[in-house]
Amino acid sequence: MALAIHKYDAVVIGAGGAGMRCSLQLARAGLKVAVLSKVFPTRSHTVAAQGGIGAALGNMDEDNWHYHFYDTVKGSDWLGDQDAIEFMCREAPKVVYDLEHMGMPFDRNPDGTIYQRPFGGHSAKYGEKPVPRACAAADRTGHAMLHTLYQQNVRSNTIFYVEWMAQDLIRDAEGDVVGVTALEMETGELAIFHAKCVLLATGGAGRIFAASTNAYINTGDGLGMAARAGIPLEDMEFWQFHPTGVHNAGVLLTEGCRGEGGILRNKHGERFMERYAPKLKDLAPRDFVSRCMDQEIKEGRGCGPNGDYIALDLTHLGAETIMKRLPSVHEIGKNFANVDVIREPIPVVPTIHYQMGGIPTNIHGQVVVPKDGNPNTVVPGLYAIGECSCVSVHGANRLGTNSLLDLLVFGRAAGNHLIETALASKAWKPLPADAADRTRERIARLDASTSGEYAQDVANDLRQTMQKHAGVFRTQASMDEGVKRVMEIDERARHIALKDKSKVFNTARIEALEVANLMEAAKATMVSAAARKESRGAHTVNDYGDTPEFPLGRNDRDWLRHTLWYSEGNRLDYKPVNLKPLTVESIPPVKRTF
Amino acid sequence: MSDKRTFEIYRYDPDRDQKPYMQTLEVELDGSERMLLDALMKLKKVDPTLSFRRSCREGVCGSDAMNINGKNGLACLTNMRTLPQKVVLRPLPGLPVVRDLIVDMSPFFKQYHSIKPYIVNDTPPPEKERLQSQEDREELNGLYECILCACCSTSCPSFWWNPDKFVGPAGLLAAYRFIADTRDQVREERLDNLEDPYRLFRCHTIMNCVDVCPKGLNPTKAIGKIKQMLVSRS
Repeated sequence: MALAIHKYDAVVIGAGGAGMRCSLQLARAGLKVAVLSKVFPTRSHTVAAQGGIGAALGNMDEDNWHYHFYDTVKGSDWLGDQDAIEFMCREAPKVVYDLEHMGMPFDRNPDGTIYQRPFGGHSAKYGEKPVPRACAAADRTGHAMLHTLYQQNVRSNTIFYVEWMAQDLIRDAEGDVVGVTALEMETGELAIFHAKCVLLATGGAGRIFAASTNAYINTGDGLGMAARAGIPLEDMEFWQFHPTGVHNAGVLLTEGCRGEGGILRNKHGERFMERYAPKLKDLAPRDFVSRCMDQEIKEGRGCGPNGDYIALDLTHLGAETIMKRLPSVHEIGKNFANVDVIREPIPVVPTIHYQMGGIPTNIHGQVVVPKDGNPNTVVPGLYAIGECSCVSVHGANRLGTNSLLDLLVFGRAAGNHLIETALASKAWKPLPADAADRTRERIARLDASTSGEYAQDVANDLRQTMQKHAGVFRTQASMDEGVKRVMEIDERARHIALKDKSKVFNTARIEALEVANLMEAAKATMVSAAARKESRGAHTVNDYGDTPEFPLGRNDRDWLRHTLWYSEGNRLDYKPVNLKPLTVESIPPVKRTF
Repeated sequence: MSDKRTFEIYRYDPDRDQKPYMQTLEVELDGSERMLLDALMKLKKVDPTLSFRRSCREGVCGSDAMNINGKNGLACLTNMRTLPQKVVLRPLPGLPVVRDLIVDMSPFFKQYHSIKPYIVNDTPPPEKERLQSQEDREELNGLYECILCACCSTSCPSFWWNPDKFVGPAGLLAAYRFIADTRDQVREERLDNLEDPYRLFRCHTIMNCVDVCPKGLNPTKAIGKIKQMLVSRS
């Protein structure tokens, strides 16, 4: 049976902050754009972001984008590309003002300007003291932002395909991306979207870990699509542990808790971060704070009967501040820890939160791959933005508030680039005859399966394995073993059985298809991690500790470079980090202290 | 710790079933299933055909609204301790069922879209932010936090009777969110759009919406304010 073919100028996969910021730009310019999303747009995981959007507005204290630039480079442990970081930090005030003009309900200062709160790793005067830079709507910033973007897309008549799951990229003989296959969940029908450009904005793959702040939908679908289409994934060994996930629940408590004055305490009630980071204290970057917490727990100073968590203390902030600035934190404490944060500290542990790596791109959002000696050759027709991409502004460790910023800056930039260049001149390239074959084969195999494992059992084993072998503290031996385990699970994942063969809203089929994407993200993570023989940012390996030659285990001589992992053959390649900003002086690598 | 629960769940797959039926599933919880959604994930392992929506599992995305022992709520925010031994799950009432606990939300979103849920301000914006006083911003509290889960509208008898004509509590809450925003310039148009025997005035302050809102919002209060504005301008 011939598949339905939908023809658009551009197809955006994913309706989170990045996808909808981009689609808004395209729709406003009058382009024919379709946005495909597994969930209704306002259910995308951007909705769960809490703390704020980083931008040096200087509304509450002296600030400028140079400080933001410096903090981000240092926060990235120098793995971030300084051209992209400069671009993001300079654009930041503009995209925040834009969002305000769209109706974003930011909190306000007495003078009517946008309220900003301090956040981890954000400082004034190059690390001297914390600075309020996170533009916030209480502790619901992501919710407010995602709804605002959806609302403006409604106004601009963006076409949404809601509850459609994109499956595979369609590349022609020259390697150009000319479309994508997608499954309509309600009917089970497969269709082809024929486009001049495809933009991936599918978010991260946080569900490859067992304890994660991420939503069930965060299965790295864009990563799987890219990997299957022969595109490498960059720096996938770098996964952020957020210091304050609710113990035993995984639900996130914003860094804004500490931005508003909250304190981390060990079992003696000690504010231990003062020992590790004398200047920024509890507001040091996330990789740093997470390691300190783990250290406290390891050395027997953890809280609770099993000594396995840290206490986040907000009790000194007072009910008024908590209910005004952190109302959702109060709600989460009640629902998920049975704790009233106004009265008692809440148990927290470092929890998987964010994927720093992703599909390699340039600052226009164009996907780039090594070809003919150029490490950054554009793949015509393909863009990637947001958490699924690696531009790279976060390097080895992202600063809080820079993710929402990333979505806005690169959503807008990719939109502008699509409008100005790619779409202005380009016609639709013809679809290859085998456009849907890969997807049809994958679905046909599932539909024909009679015996085999249930997708969720395989996925749960994968999550436990990743948790064990790619956690906060890594060892070389454990990572090497992790590679073997993950490859074994990969084999099992090829033989998943689908019991439910219904055409109608078959969530079991969707879950089985998601496992294929989880597998690509997990293999990329495990293989890239085991190969990187140093400690940098979130990738902390016991074997590579502090030495005079390699302070804090970071080896700039051999490893100041980006990893590229290819699915085919589990192959690794590397490319240089761009240490040259667009207009300002480079920040040279130094030992990271806070 | 033994915690044996009986689930009675509304099942209907139009691809397979002649008509809907209630399925009884017994499940032994081991204490790790804090919320109803955790229990549902466990049930889906027993019977992978059981279909429901879910995403954030922390009450902000609004995916897993359903009717739980007769009352609408989010599965991810419903603590198993608060439920009796027997748990009866049905899809949200008043919307067409797609499959099992999954309903067709389009009538709900159609009403949301009908109130023009976006700021309209066509004055060229300043270089920086539009200023807004703290008092004016506070007017939006209790309004902008809506997660569009539809618990409220699908618990409202007026919405059941006239889903095509009555905007419903969620849509009206959103309408007031834009009416109340000092940055919006089309308040009168928004009021015109609601001055209708059905769109707004079908609300008879039954207040089921307030009772079920998982975010603790109060659509009835917002509706009251719109009604007041209409009265005072006539």
